[in-house]
Amino acid sequence: MALVQIRDVYKSFQRDSQRIDVFTGLSLDVAEGSFTALMGPSGSGKSTLLNLIAGLDRPTSGTVRVAGADVHAMSAAQLAAWRARHIGFVFQQLNLLPVLTAYQNVELPLLLTRLSKKEREERVRVALGVVGLDDRIHHYPRQLSGGQEQRVAIARAIVADPTLILLDEPTGQLDARSSQEVLTLLQRLNSEFGKTVVIVTHDAHAADKAKAVLHLEKGVLIERAAVGA
Amino acid sequence: MKIPLVYNVRSVLQRPVSTALTALGIALVVAVFIGMLALASGFRTALVRTGSDRNVLVLRRGADSELSSGLSRETASILAASPHVATGADGHPLVSPEVYVLIPLPKIFDTTQVANVVARGVSDQAWTVRSNVRVVAGRKPESGRSEICVGQRIVARFPRTGIGETLRFAGRDWSVVCHFAAGGSAFESEIWGENEQFMPVFRGQVFQSITMRLSDPGAFAEVKRALETDKRMTVDVHRESDFYVQQSQLLGRLLRVLAFLITGIMAIGAVFGAVNTMYAAVASRAPEIGVLLTLGFHPRSVLASFLLESAIIAAAGGAAGCLFALPINGIVTSTTNWASFSEIAFSFRVTPGLLLAGLVFAVVMGVLGGFFPARRAARVPVVQAIR
Repeated sequence: MALVQIRDVYKSFQRDSQRIDVFTGLSLDVAEGSFTALMGPSGSGKSTLLNLIAGLDRPTSGTVRVAGADVHAMSAAQLAAWRARHIGFVFQQLNLLPVLTAYQNVELPLLLTRLSKKEREERVRVALGVVGLDDRIHHYPRQLSGGQEQRVAIARAIVADPTLILLDEPTGQLDARSSQEVLTLLQRLNSEFGKTVVIVTHDAHAADKAKAVLHLEKGVLIERAAVGA
Repeated sequence: MKIPLVYNVRSVLQRPVSTALTALGIALVVAVFIGMLALASGFRTALVRTGSDRNVLVLRRGADSELSSGLSRETASILAASPHVATGADGHPLVSPEVYVLIPLPKIFDTTQVANVVARGVSDQAWTVRSNVRVVAGRKPESGRSEICVGQRIVARFPRTGIGETLRFAGRDWSVVCHFAAGGSAFESEIWGENEQFMPVFRGQVFQSITMRLSDPGAFAEVKRALETDKRMTVDVHRESDFYVQQSQLLGRLLRVLAFLITGIMAIGAVFGAVNTMYAAVASRAPEIGVLLTLGFHPRSVLASFLLESAIIAAAGGAAGCLFALPINGIVTSTTNWASFSEIAFSFRVTPGLLLAGLVFAVVMGVLGGFFPARRAARVPVVQAIR
């Protein structure tokens, strides 16, 4: 069953007097419980697609449905609440608020729920435990390595138990070892915890970890590859 | 739930120099604001404390101050015989017909500058009628002698006002025999002598005002009607407390207007300081704002968070401004009361209410200065911010 359904999506940007068409009728499904890698050269629309799925950007036309909800039919307030409930997002860098500890950063999505302080604390400790950082909970981002920062970001992305985890080049700024740790963690989240994961990456090694790889080029889906991870 | 306060507090501490400068600007405005209102408050309080609810002040009809009033001995006798007047322990009516004149005295710090000081000739009953007046050093002037008692606030401000010294005015030498306190009221800026001694050397056989204690303070309206309609005299009757409040209004209002005007102009500068600081904060933290919006925090929460941050900086500045202003509390200054053209010395009064007003003023400046930057933060395009 498709968790994400993208139908006939057009997306264009206006840059000065020039119109740039990113997508011209893109359609795509992402299955529930899948681990999908989006690959393609710079400017192919990978990040834009991720932003459309997360409701951070709006298509010029077409529909994006996630878990049955028409993402772009929602108001800004509904969208904010929906995102808090359904989406876990990890960026390439600048993920964490530098003035908050790892614990406080991971707790942020839970502040939008009705959980008690004690329940929040339990969830934060579990999430940081899953990413192997339960001994770093009171560290600030500046006291963590790049790989550890990304793992804290992943802990924050999963702490509210979202429907979908989206990652935009999460290993782009990491060395090989840290990159491997993050990818192994994502595999574990998918296989062990059944999380649906969509990752944008340039890195073929990262894509190898996914169960499915989608290639985008100039906004067009040119290849669907199933990978035996 | 809102973005946690700790995020704002720590973000503020991340940029100590710009935060401190912004807070300092607000602190100076608040200090001036409190200082000027403390001046107005001290002046008003000095005059408010001068009058008593239990006393009535009688002036010639149409006179708006004691200076422009004149009452005959006959009027004084009629008033003393009024059934509404309280009597003292000695059985005498508590009435004080008074001579009120201004005498020019050189100031102690700069003898080329002259100030008008009130010389009030009082009856012996005045010390009872004005229950807040008490001799703090020396003894009361004796009847029939050229002796005076000096209000304690002006002792340090004018030469030859110490006990045992001789002050010369109206062509005579007057021995200073005491200093008196009057609960911080305007009387403390006056020189008191016997009315019968002052009368011949100043304005002849005429009193300027008559103050009397009511046997029933609640009967003021009845007393006023009875005395003002008495065909034997033409007088206006004022409740003493109301009269002195009214005397404070002209200058008091002007001081308050000046306080708001001057600090209002300064506040514009401080608000722009806050605007700059917060715009810089929003610009440098656009990715963080993008993260918060991506996590699902509503743009309104982001707006409130940055407004709160600006208010925190301003409140810190306001608290510093209160601390800057506190030392002026109690400092004695003087000015000319425009209602009586006389020198009045009084203390700056930094009250809890003024400190609270200063803090509120600071927070208002912070919220005003933070609004547009906070609105910009709430409207940050998420996709650009996280790129």
